[in-house]
Amino acid sequence: MNASVVVFPGSNCDRDVLYALGKIAGIPAVPVWHKDPVLPEDTDLVVLPGGFSYGDYLRCGAMAARSPIIQAVREHARRGGLVLGICNGFQVLTEAGLLPGALLANSNLEFICSPCLLKVERSDTPFTNAYPEGTLVQFPIAHHEGLYFLPERELQKLEDNRQVVFRYAAADGSAGAQHSPNGSLNGIAGIVNSSGNVLGLMPHPERASEKLLGGTDGLGMWYSIKSWLEGGAR
Amino acid sequence: MDYRKAGLRPHEYETIRRELGRDPNETELRIFGVMWSEHCSYKSSRPLLKLFPKEGPSVLKGVGENAGVVDAGGGWGLAFKVESHNHPSAVEPYQGAATGVGGIIRDILAMGARPIASLDGLFFGRPDSPKTRFLSNGIVKGVGGYGNCVGVPTVGGKTLYDERYEDNPLLNAFCIGLVASDSIVSSQTAEPGNLVVLLGSKTGRDGIGGAAFASVELGEDTKASRPQVQIGDPFVEKLLIEACLEALEKGLVTSMQDMGAAGITSSASEIAAKSGVGMILDLDLVPLREENMAAWEIALSESQERMLLIVRPENLDAVLSLGQKWDLDCAVIGKTVEGNRFILRKEGEVFADLPASLIGGGCPEIHWPAERPKDLDQRQSFEFEPSGFPGDLSQPLLRLLASPSLKEKSWITRQYDSMVQVNTVQGPGAPLSLIRIKENGNLVAMTMEALPWACSLDPYRGGYETMARSLRPLWVAGARHLGMTNCLNFPSPENPEQFWEFSEAVRGLADCCKDLSCPVVSGNVSLYNESAGRAILPTPLVCSVGILPVSGFPLLPGKWKEGDFLFLAGIENASIPGSHFQAVLQGRLVGRPLPPSPEMETGFMERALQTASRQIADSAVPLLGGGLGIALGKEAIASGVGAQIDLQIPTHPLALFFAEGGARALYAVPEARVPEFIRTWTGFPFRMIGRVGGDCLCLPQSEPIPLQILSNAWKGA
Repeated sequence: MNASVVVFPGSNCDRDVLYALGKIAGIPAVPVWHKDPVLPEDTDLVVLPGGFSYGDYLRCGAMAARSPIIQAVREHARRGGLVLGICNGFQVLTEAGLLPGALLANSNLEFICSPCLLKVERSDTPFTNAYPEGTLVQFPIAHHEGLYFLPERELQKLEDNRQVVFRYAAADGSAGAQHSPNGSLNGIAGIVNSSGNVLGLMPHPERASEKLLGGTDGLGMWYSIKSWLEGGAR
Repeated sequence: MDYRKAGLRPHEYETIRRELGRDPNETELRIFGVMWSEHCSYKSSRPLLKLFPKEGPSVLKGVGENAGVVDAGGGWGLAFKVESHNHPSAVEPYQGAATGVGGIIRDILAMGARPIASLDGLFFGRPDSPKTRFLSNGIVKGVGGYGNCVGVPTVGGKTLYDERYEDNPLLNAFCIGLVASDSIVSSQTAEPGNLVVLLGSKTGRDGIGGAAFASVELGEDTKASRPQVQIGDPFVEKLLIEACLEALEKGLVTSMQDMGAAGITSSASEIAAKSGVGMILDLDLVPLREENMAAWEIALSESQERMLLIVRPENLDAVLSLGQKWDLDCAVIGKTVEGNRFILRKEGEVFADLPASLIGGGCPEIHWPAERPKDLDQRQSFEFEPSGFPGDLSQPLLRLLASPSLKEKSWITRQYDSMVQVNTVQGPGAPLSLIRIKENGNLVAMTMEALPWACSLDPYRGGYETMARSLRPLWVAGARHLGMTNCLNFPSPENPEQFWEFSEAVRGLADCCKDLSCPVVSGNVSLYNESAGRAILPTPLVCSVGILPVSGFPLLPGKWKEGDFLFLAGIENASIPGSHFQAVLQGRLVGRPLPPSPEMETGFMERALQTASRQIADSAVPLLGGGLGIALGKEAIASGVGAQIDLQIPTHPLALFFAEGGARALYAVPEARVPEFIRTWTGFPFRMIGRVGGDCLCLPQSEPIPLQILSNAWKGA
């Protein structure tokens, strides 16, 4: 069980994810430089961390999606390997075509850093099997471009395929667009690809992995991945 | 070129001629013009800064480097500093603020430290004016835009509104970084025969003369000054941080300097002077982004995101390949030599040949005359006038909670990433910020404080109180202080009354530091904060840093529990003069803040530290802006529970609830711990003032305030 965390030049959550995986969840993880053409051979999980991959002055993640490593990530995903994109990593995955849709500027046109309640819509993915379906979790968001957008017909298809994994929610359990802090369509905070092995989400589970820092709801994601990779949850 | 056009005074020019034994040429004149500006030379403030105590057992590196370093335990040091970027932010708020953040981050990086947190101090004019809206939006977006991208969390700060900042908003940026104690980088370690390497962005014409521009009053037409404001690129800064830290880790760097005011000239001559070596720079080798730049333009450009590395020849290839890895320009621009000459060449021609130590250290001090303000007695004569405020305390409390300086600031803090690096234990919105150090488990506690209202009434007392107030939140949370850094924001020193206020405020800060054994490890001075004859308030800003050992648990606010007993620790009759009550609700600053009391401070410190370490209280908050009333209001809102306040009031109720200053705190103590709390605080003034419970805040002889109303007032809902 090995994780590779891709480091783009402007990644700034790479060390945070390495810490959460390695020190908290006990999943051995190594950084991988974006200019490398291949992943370490025994990689089970690839994480694209948050940050500003290339400064992202134009379209977030657009340049990172053309990094040498992305071809290897694409191959890894095609073989059924796990890929997790957090925040900027989610943006990179949509730009690379590994996930549908696009992340647009927040509806208030401001950067938003805030804790958010999310509803776990699926507990049958490699990333969320430790959460009972419908669980409310609190992960923080910190982004300027987090409004998930997809044309209406494709959005319907995404919903019909049950590809929405995390949705912005309120304490009463209701979830949807009315709770989007950023204007995300249908309250979408995180989605998987059709085969379920590639997840992208805007909120940061690695920032909700320690009691000292205010919350441990993110641990479920690391434990889900761990038990999936160990074979227990398949 | 006339020396006056370069910004030099007659006696300064004479000093240069005497030291050189000749007339300086034009390039040299321009260099002195910038390097001997107030901003770079501290010529007006140096005599005052000598008052600060700089030594202490916690100090690993003191004043004189880019930032001070204190001991964080376990072989780790904390490098920190606060710096102003006031003039640029007044002219071009987004870029001015952004490059302010970038500049202070490079100061910390220059110590070899990884930047781990920032704080920002914001002082704006009239809250409802279009100008303030424009400036505050731009400045906040600039701070966020830079810090968020670079990946350094902004975990707290200070915001104050007063019309005297209308044309001169202040932006003070603080940064703290972590460095292994045995790997602290110094600017004193260059050796003859080293190579001088420029790493980072290309050099352009942006920001030329920025330091000189920051050393005079702002012009009325600030648009004309835009070319002197630098443009920031946080992405390149991020690359620069990683590249420098990697180079240091691999032992490739002999010495290092960030490039801020006065660019290559300042950083290179500083290394040469401090290391006792000479330097020859070939300006043709500097990677440029514009054509036909003159030698002096290259030498003085303040283009951002550049670092100067001193490298041994055998390490050059490794450094160059690091530059390539991080896609940064990396070029050898010169070498160090024996001696003390600082020589700038371009196309073989020598443009400057100066003694290195003269450039940064040769500017004569200016001892401005100081004069006690003529209207000071009038300002200080005070009799409390409670008229206009009938007995009910609820109305003034709600009005203060909703006032711009005290109300919730989430419109600001939501725009800052306060959590990146996963260390933030206490983020924005509390009296202090707390960051965990993964490497040794300790918690770093930080505060930022400034009391311009109190300083305008009595700069000595105001300065003393500012310093003490920056330390009290550390003690209340259970942290011992390690050191402080300060940013002295004042108007022109050439006005004797203003210079008197400046001197007195510094004396107040210094005395408090001496009384409480808090070393001053770094700092910055920003003068000439005035335009069209309108001066800012005297605004000495202090950031204090402390440490909570791994075994300790921080005692934080916002954790009232039903049934807790509420205690006021400290005196009952603090000071209305200089308070938010007086400045905001009465609209007229008059009187004198409390006189200093070192005995009260140390008595408070010992007891507060004990209370925290023994976990006697559920919740605690030092009394800050708005006094006891605001502390009660904010605690009730944050805890989601009300309180019944019931006590015999020994002073005027308004004074008890809204006066400020002095070593005071509000504690919520569970019933079972009350005897221990009383034992701990015996020998210091304290009294029980009420009990937590219900869903209203009930102040004596006042209409109960439902929590929802309190919260709406504070959040402006």
